[in-house]
Amino acid sequence: MTDDGNPTLEAPTPEAPMLEAPMLEAKGISKFFPGTIALDDVELTLHRGEIHALLGENGAGKSTLIKCLTGVYRRDGGEIMLDGEAVDPLSTHHSQTLGIGTVYQEVNLLPNLTVAENLYLGRQPMRGPFVARRAMNAAARISLKSFGIDIDPTQPLSAFSVAIQQVVAIARAVELSGKVLILDEPTASLDREEVELLFSVIRQLTSRGIAIVFITHFIDQVFEICDRATILRNGQVVGTRQLKDVSQKDIVSLMLGRQLEARVRAPKSNVVGKTLLEIDGLRKTGMLEAFSLKLREREVVGLAGLLGSGRTETANLIFGAVRADHGAMKLRGHEIRINNPRNAVAHGFALCPEDRKTEGIVGDLSVRDNIILALQARQGWMRPIPRRKVEEIAQHYVRTLDIRLANLDMPVRLLSGGNQQKAILARWLATDPDFLILDEPTRGIDIGAHAEIIALINRLREDGMALLVASSEMEELVAYATRVIVMRDRRQVGELTGDEITSNNIIHAIAAEPMVEPAS
Amino acid sequence: MTRHQFIRRITPQLIILGVVLALNFLVFHDFFKIEFQNGRLFGNVIDVLNRGAPTALLCVGMTLVIATKGIDLSVGAIMAIAGATAASLIVDGHNWVSALMGALAVGALCGVWNGFLVAFLRIQPIVATLVLMVAGRGIAQLITEGTILTFLDEGLIHLGAGTVLGIPTPVLIWLFLGGAVAFFVRRTALGMLIESIGINEASSRLAGINSRVLLLCVYVVSGIGAAVAGVIVAADIQGADANNAGLWLELDAILAVVIGGNSLLGGRFSIVASLLGAMIIQSVNSVILLSGMPPEFNLVIKALLILAILVIQSPKVGHLIYILRASAPPPEVKQTTPVKDVN
Repeated sequence: MTDDGNPTLEAPTPEAPMLEAPMLEAKGISKFFPGTIALDDVELTLHRGEIHALLGENGAGKSTLIKCLTGVYRRDGGEIMLDGEAVDPLSTHHSQTLGIGTVYQEVNLLPNLTVAENLYLGRQPMRGPFVARRAMNAAARISLKSFGIDIDPTQPLSAFSVAIQQVVAIARAVELSGKVLILDEPTASLDREEVELLFSVIRQLTSRGIAIVFITHFIDQVFEICDRATILRNGQVVGTRQLKDVSQKDIVSLMLGRQLEARVRAPKSNVVGKTLLEIDGLRKTGMLEAFSLKLREREVVGLAGLLGSGRTETANLIFGAVRADHGAMKLRGHEIRINNPRNAVAHGFALCPEDRKTEGIVGDLSVRDNIILALQARQGWMRPIPRRKVEEIAQHYVRTLDIRLANLDMPVRLLSGGNQQKAILARWLATDPDFLILDEPTRGIDIGAHAEIIALINRLREDGMALLVASSEMEELVAYATRVIVMRDRRQVGELTGDEITSNNIIHAIAAEPMVEPAS
Repeated sequence: MTRHQFIRRITPQLIILGVVLALNFLVFHDFFKIEFQNGRLFGNVIDVLNRGAPTALLCVGMTLVIATKGIDLSVGAIMAIAGATAASLIVDGHNWVSALMGALAVGALCGVWNGFLVAFLRIQPIVATLVLMVAGRGIAQLITEGTILTFLDEGLIHLGAGTVLGIPTPVLIWLFLGGAVAFFVRRTALGMLIESIGINEASSRLAGINSRVLLLCVYVVSGIGAAVAGVIVAADIQGADANNAGLWLELDAILAVVIGGNSLLGGRFSIVASLLGAMIIQSVNSVILLSGMPPEFNLVIKALLILAILVIQSPKVGHLIYILRASAPPPEVKQTTPVKDVN
């Protein structure tokens, strides 16, 4: 254990700008929910011009802390000093006027308004009763230029990439607030170049003396841009570190409270089972070119490719979520037709969709009902699963998947991202599927749950299941796939097996470059 | 739902019903008096139960429809159609059982039509059911050929005006049907699946739920409930009035569902709470009648009483009550209301 058992701040190092009072000092922040302590005596200090990472597993209390700082929740204890003054944010609006701005992963702006309107909504420059449009546009252009972005502010926001939209959101937050800026997973849906753009903007903000809180699941980005990190676990601060003094492993160990098992490449047995499913020429105009796959038991086939390459479409077509134009499927040698998810479930298929919130969880239903949902739907409504059996199944999966919750009656939407994902996995495992499709199973979840899900995939395969996993994370595919199908422009462009499966080869195949020799 | 959760769920409705009944008692001290005369129970409470029957029958199906994120505006019109069907079948010489069955079949057919528009053509429920709301009274008039069809069939009249063991038949019908449906959806998995569709249809479909058939079903239940209500109303006045039977009653049904604490955004529902809501509405009507106010005040007073009920049930006020009951320091009260981001 590297846990130092001393959950207080370390002594400030000489590099920290100690001349002035910290920009924000939160002390003893506590927050209780029925049955759980979400935050327990949490401390957070932000210096001027500092980029401070807030790290922790899902459910560690990051979001709760942010919500307490920005007035979404009322804290149950503790005090917040902003710029030397005690403050008490009552709402997000109030915290904005105090000086604490927040930018979320899903940009909270209005895509159909122009960039300038988004920037100045609610505080437009007026001329008499009319909006001084020209002045507003000019101001917007200057403001964005100061962030190094030169775009036409009269265009609708939706015309720009997510990264630009993020920058607009940041510009708005900084102009409204200007003391503390909280960035909640800003890079989750950005590609590498866009991340660079965002980082240059963030770096620039530090020179204005703004203190920045950076929340992310990407540890390497933390080391790239942040100065210090505060690590939360189970609602407590387990440490605050100068990042240049520590290694990635140190941080990860703090987050997990244990040394992360080195992600060994699972010794993938070549013992695959009988052929389970044959897909021949599955296609749909505008979504997917003819897709064929022979899948055996005890096999994990990875689907690799960039965003929009057809990974998700493939998963949806196989599962019948979208009806294919053409294509034949054989299950254990027998022809089957799948027109909708119900057919697929009846044949022992299961799909954990990419978008957990809109296609996975049924938010207001209890965790228990969410776990039992697919099994109950397959049994039909006339044959309700007895209450005791339901309880047994739910308890079983909560235990084996380590779903963290206050009780089974709580609405599933109150769980953290990783635990929601586990609940959906539990929903499908409860149906005892032969064939499990996972679409981005580790998106937006923390390292702890990440490692657990990878272990689970390997375990399920050993138990004889066939899996198809679409993922944008190469390393992850390398960790569990026995075969990788590479997709580009909505078609299969290659297949890697055995030792050929390396991150490098996958990247080369995606980029349509000649393949590197297999790693020997 | 355990018994404890169930009781907690309907407590607000029970309290409100109690208060409104107490108001009734204040304006008319004999309100709770029940007499047995000529083999029939008489009393204001019995009247409330009896007069509330149509709304109660409508709100059963309406609860299910609303749980799926839908709404059924056509139930009033379906009442008129069903009443007209029953009356014309009787007039054509059929017995009351076939008349009743015919009316129910027509109600079910109307439900299939609504369900088809919503579940298969994906038309927004409020628009889809508006079609039948407008057309329904026209259809009813076509059936009655523009007149008020009167009838004297003992069997049919019994459904609206008769008694069984001294209790008015409509009361027994709505208690039985409401209880049966409430029991049925909770004993089978139907209730959970309906809630699931109402909360997140995309997820439900991916979980293998046949959402289209279930959607169709809830509109059919709503149609059948409306048909029963239509027959009762027609039987009560011994005639089918295509223009006035069930007029605006769909709004009372929706109101009953809302007073029952069910969200119009779909999801978790309670039929029993909606039935209590229907009784609350009828009790409010009763207060106004018994208080002897000039009739022109009726609608305004009803609106005010309903407004008061809804304000008491609103989440903000609910939270305030919760806070006041808890031992939080009084100065904190105002600040502790949950602040939702309203951007």
